Amino acid sequence: MSAIAPEERLVAAIADLIAAPHPHPVRHAAVGAASPIPAHAVLLARHRGADIRLSLLQKRIGNPFTEGTRELFDLAGQGRIDLFFLGGAQIDGSANINLLGTGRPPGSAARLPGNFGAPFMYLTVPRTILFREEHSPRVLVPRVDYVSAPGVSPPGVFRRGHAQALVTGRCVFAFDAARARFALASLHPGETREGVRAATGFDYDEPEHVPATRGPSDDDLAALRGPIRAALEDTYPNFCARVFGAKAA
Amino acid sequence: MTPPLVDLEALAARVPDGATVALPPDNSLCPVALAAALIRRGARDLHLVGVPVSGFATDLLIGAGCVARLTTSAVTLGEAGFAPRFTAAMKAGSLPVTDATCPAVHTALQAAEKGVPFLPLRGLIGSDLVASRRDWRVIDNPFSATPDPIVLVPALSPDIALIHAAAADRAGNVWVGRRRELATIAHASKSTLVTVERIVDGDLTEDERMAPGVIGALYVSAVAVAERGAWPLGLLDLYGADQAAIDAYARAARTEEGFRAWLAAHVLTPAARAAE
Repeated sequence: MSAIAPEERLVAAIADLIAAPHPHPVRHAAVGAASPIPAHAVLLARHRGADIRLSLLQKRIGNPFTEGTRELFDLAGQGRIDLFFLGGAQIDGSANINLLGTGRPPGSAARLPGNFGAPFMYLTVPRTILFREEHSPRVLVPRVDYVSAPGVSPPGVFRRGHAQALVTGRCVFAFDAARARFALASLHPGETREGVRAATGFDYDEPEHVPATRGPSDDDLAALRGPIRAALEDTYPNFCARVFGAKAA
Repeated sequence: MTPPLVDLEALAARVPDGATVALPPDNSLCPVALAAALIRRGARDLHLVGVPVSGFATDLLIGAGCVARLTTSAVTLGEAGFAPRFTAAMKAGSLPVTDATCPAVHTALQAAEKGVPFLPLRGLIGSDLVASRRDWRVIDNPFSATPDPIVLVPALSPDIALIHAAAADRAGNVWVGRRRELATIAHASKSTLVTVERIVDGDLTEDERMAPGVIGALYVSAVAVAERGAWPLGLLDLYGADQAAIDAYARAARTEEGFRAWLAAHVLTPAARAAE
């Protein structure tokens, strides 16, 4: 096997989270246009034996939905999507996410595309994995400038679940919804506790023992570079070419 | 009454200044050629509604000065990144935006198609969006024994829906295939103007294989043919997006001068585009 790409490590880390014990098992995951790493992770979890249906929202030929994107939200509203992925221009220590804009008022520093479906999906889908490759104080802030979707909700507010974890380019944080607080769960190769602390704008717990993020196995890599790439190439051509190299003739 | 078949410029002339105009997103039958015709006719003061998000056509119309107001869940060019003219307008503070979230836009249109004043929607509570939407309400679910706050979204009935479909028949039935949320836009809007790749013989509603993907002529006000009318976006399985062209736009439109040059080459001289 050739050298492991950072993206392949993130894919493996997310696949581990999908398979981790959790009150809400994943039978159906949905993945959007901007999420090639999560899509590969779902298919890697499936390759490892999990029985998961993946709905690729942007798939052009053979898209699973026949009512357009509305069907995604109707499914989520019913609780028929178990896992979704969200990111953010800002993510804070309570797992609030901001997709709309930074500064005060929000958008005055930088206006971002907008909320998309996040205010709905974060509350209706039982499991969310937060994913953002950039791990910096600019992104991981003490308090988001705008709450596109809240990390936790008061008692009595309808909500099926919370963030399970936050995966960045440096580490994995586990999220404890009862305490609305992250804890460092694993460090990617080359990262240190001190380095992560310095690059993180919010406070979080740090257990005595923090393992290294488990990388992909040789079997994982063979699957990612072979059948999984083939299944996702049409949806994420730029990503596949960049990470896995030019397609074999 | 059969919707008339008109030419593209005549179709654009049916969109009055100041209208509330619903537009589908980039991956769902977005009428780019019609947006270009609106720019050529000098449309003004449009209130664009992204169903549920906005992309290439909206960025063009903003840059060309056609838009007074925008309601949308997000504005993006997808892999090509941020929408440059939207971003510039936001920086200049020149474009009032009513932010939304995708399922709320769908729900508001579904309320309109049912003719009811509002529909409830789960989620959203705790988002700053709820406080910013003074037209929304949070009520206590009257069917719950325990306190259960839920958001109500008022019906949204755009003046005009604009769609680029694969085909229409001579009766004005329009085929959108699997993108059936387009039917909801048409049902909810007061009128729908459609460009199509081609006119087909026969009646689409008489073909059981085609009928499930049809918007009935009843909702359609007029049709025009615009071949490759989604370009540089894609259209169903007929043609893919021209990613190089979208990337080139995204680069050019970072500056006002670059945007003007792009308009001159691709919008203001339609003959130049037909030759591509």
